[in-house]
Amino acid sequence: MKEAENNPIVSLIASIVSPFIMLFGLYVIFHGHYSPGGGFQGGTLLAASIILIRLAHSSHTGQLQFPSKLGTPLGSLGVFIYYGTGLAALWWGGQFLNYAFLPLAEEISLRRSWGILLVEIGVGLAVMAILVSIFDDLLEEENHD
Amino acid sequence: MKERRLRIIDYSLLLIFLALLIYASLGLSPRGDLNSWVNREESVVHSPNAAAYYIRHAYHDTHSPNMVTAILADYRGYDTLGEETVILTAGIICFLLLRRKRRKNKKDNNKEIKAENERSRK
Repeated sequence: MKEAENNPIVSLIASIVSPFIMLFGLYVIFHGHYSPGGGFQGGTLLAASIILIRLAHSSHTGQLQFPSKLGTPLGSLGVFIYYGTGLAALWWGGQFLNYAFLPLAEEISLRRSWGILLVEIGVGLAVMAILVSIFDDLLEEENHD
Repeated sequence: MKERRLRIIDYSLLLIFLALLIYASLGLSPRGDLNSWVNREESVVHSPNAAAYYIRHAYHDTHSPNMVTAILADYRGYDTLGEETVILTAGIICFLLLRRKRRKNKKDNNKEIKAENERSRK
């Protein structure tokens, strides 16, 4: 990738907009019970905010925000959270991915709601990390390493 | 001339498929039609229909007003699990293919440079 010219207008606007995109992504993940959204959409928004910084600033700044080493481990962690939720239900005596057996709340419907939230967090983390890591894999040529 | 003919064939094929899709969509039942097979409580073979169950029980089962989230993450959790695994696999494959190739290229370049240096010394 050609080193981005440090255009002050572009980098300023990107720095202003990026946190709001990230906030909206978190909102979409955590509000998935009540409005359209969920892990996939929220994770994509988080990845968009990180990639925007990488495009607008020098590659060094992007690495400070989210090191490209972290991509694959965080993605694996997200998938592990999903599998872990299912296995935890198995551990407490239910079927795989049956959230009614997770000891998170008294009511069964609330337990299922918490289980859905956990799973969505895992999906969002995995989607964000994998998208950023694919972006890095495609564009990282002679910048670092 | 040949390219132009091919392009005409392409666009006419696209138009034919557009017409086919529009024709097929005319056969769909109107939204919210209680008598269409999708919305009945029993399917064609008199087994209970999944959609009606979801609509009736999603809120009481999962305490989430958004039925889509309840279906995707709870009733059909296995499906979403598979999707996420596919995404992780795609990411890891990109990582392995692209980074390994580049490392190899770099090593080859280094070797060539060394060989050239030795040749120039001689």
